[in-house]
Amino acid sequence: MARCTPLHDLHAALGARMVDFGGWDMPVHYGSQIEEHHRVRNDAGVFDVSHMCVLDLRGAGVRPFLSRLISNDVAKLRLSGKALYSCMLNEAGGVLDDLIIYFMTEQWFRVVVNAGTRDKDIAWMRAQAAVWHSDIEIIERSDLAMLAVQGPKARQIASDLLPSHLRAAVLLLEPFFGCEYLSTQGSTWFIARTGYTGEEGFELILPVGEVVALWEALNAAGVASCGLGARDTLRLEAGMNLYGNDMDESHNPLESGLAWTVSFDDSGRDFVGRKALEAFRTTLVPRKLIGLILEDRGVLRAHQRVVAGLAKDALCEGEVTSGTFSPTLARSIAFARVPQATGETVQVEIRGNLLNARVVKLPFVRNGRILITL
Amino acid sequence: MSQVLADLKYAKSHEWARLLSNGVIEIGITDHAQHALGEVVFVEVPMVGREIVAAEACAVIESTKAASDVYSPIGGKVVAVNDPLGAAPELINQDCYLQGWLFRVQPISDAEFDSLLNAQDYIEFLASQGG
Repeated sequence: MARCTPLHDLHAALGARMVDFGGWDMPVHYGSQIEEHHRVRNDAGVFDVSHMCVLDLRGAGVRPFLSRLISNDVAKLRLSGKALYSCMLNEAGGVLDDLIIYFMTEQWFRVVVNAGTRDKDIAWMRAQAAVWHSDIEIIERSDLAMLAVQGPKARQIASDLLPSHLRAAVLLLEPFFGCEYLSTQGSTWFIARTGYTGEEGFELILPVGEVVALWEALNAAGVASCGLGARDTLRLEAGMNLYGNDMDESHNPLESGLAWTVSFDDSGRDFVGRKALEAFRTTLVPRKLIGLILEDRGVLRAHQRVVAGLAKDALCEGEVTSGTFSPTLARSIAFARVPQATGETVQVEIRGNLLNARVVKLPFVRNGRILITL
Repeated sequence: MSQVLADLKYAKSHEWARLLSNGVIEIGITDHAQHALGEVVFVEVPMVGREIVAAEACAVIESTKAASDVYSPIGGKVVAVNDPLGAAPELINQDCYLQGWLFRVQPISDAEFDSLLNAQDYIEFLASQGG
């Protein structure tokens, strides 16, 4: 039985087409996935991301716990509200999940993990905490819902709907910061300047009972309801990985385009997976994640074979990890994991034909602007 | 409720077939099919001149979701394809029975066309499939 978010009935009333996502019955679109995509790039859209799992880690031992648990370094979190993106690795360096951590206080860090991995993640965190005798408590916040309001107009429109005493303050939030605010209902809303679309916007975490009214108010203010279909094409254009596609337990961050999220700087920090990654780093990392744009006509899709054209090299093939038709570029784009020595062009096998694709620097699109040469 | 045109023939794989005045059969996908596929972003049609048999996969429609094969309801020789779909694949969503046609076949025989479902049969088939 699929799980439902507090907005499930509203999605149905809005005519959403629903799809199973990580065990959740979620809206894929409300009529036109492509139109929803453009609304976020050009205007503002709202996504139900309440399937994602909000965890509050509390206790005196939280910072040392996270310092060992994740591959990025929570030492970077000094200002209250600052967010950090990281992978959580297993001992072999494989990616258990990618997550966002907000530093609230020295006794409290808020962590947002993926829907499909929530049970695995919580079990892993609890097991590590037991082994390390960490003085922490892991609290699953099923009482909270989460919306992402994204697009060039998202922050202004969303802030206009907030209680008047909050408006100025939330507009002053720095990128990649979050903060708690007391709503007019007397409840606490967590608002962060984060997202997964490559556009400006907020992610709002608020009590389950208040989320339907907020969604309806956003719609009334001209913010488009957007489904997970548009969320996927937006994040792909923005060069952002999807867990399970672009990284997983069989692939480490260094071969998943996520070396920037791994902090080796503190040589004394013994995070899970460090030894495996250090060993991996001693030789040239054999594979890398790249961006592709299809030069021929067709649509790139996950798991298509990539021929990197290095005939003398044992590693001459790769695989598309995520692919789609990009509404902004009106071309097909993808991420692919390929041999490190891959040049500027590759071929991708689509239905038995080898089609030409060009390697491009990620992201494809950011803040409404196309960043690659078409 | 999907739109079904009275003057066309249908296959259970959700293609329609239209007999043109010159005996050529025009093929496309039904309203039910385009709705199920979602927004079409790319169409691959067969080469003109290709010989196909009934139920052969000979075109591909890529939607925002996935790639789907199109099966020719009848056998014969492909004599024309709908070139405007290359630049405007969304015609399949907007007008699947007219501007969204896929390809035209010179049939080998009349029997295959005659044996396809008529509109009423197809409506009943859709109802039996739950929609």
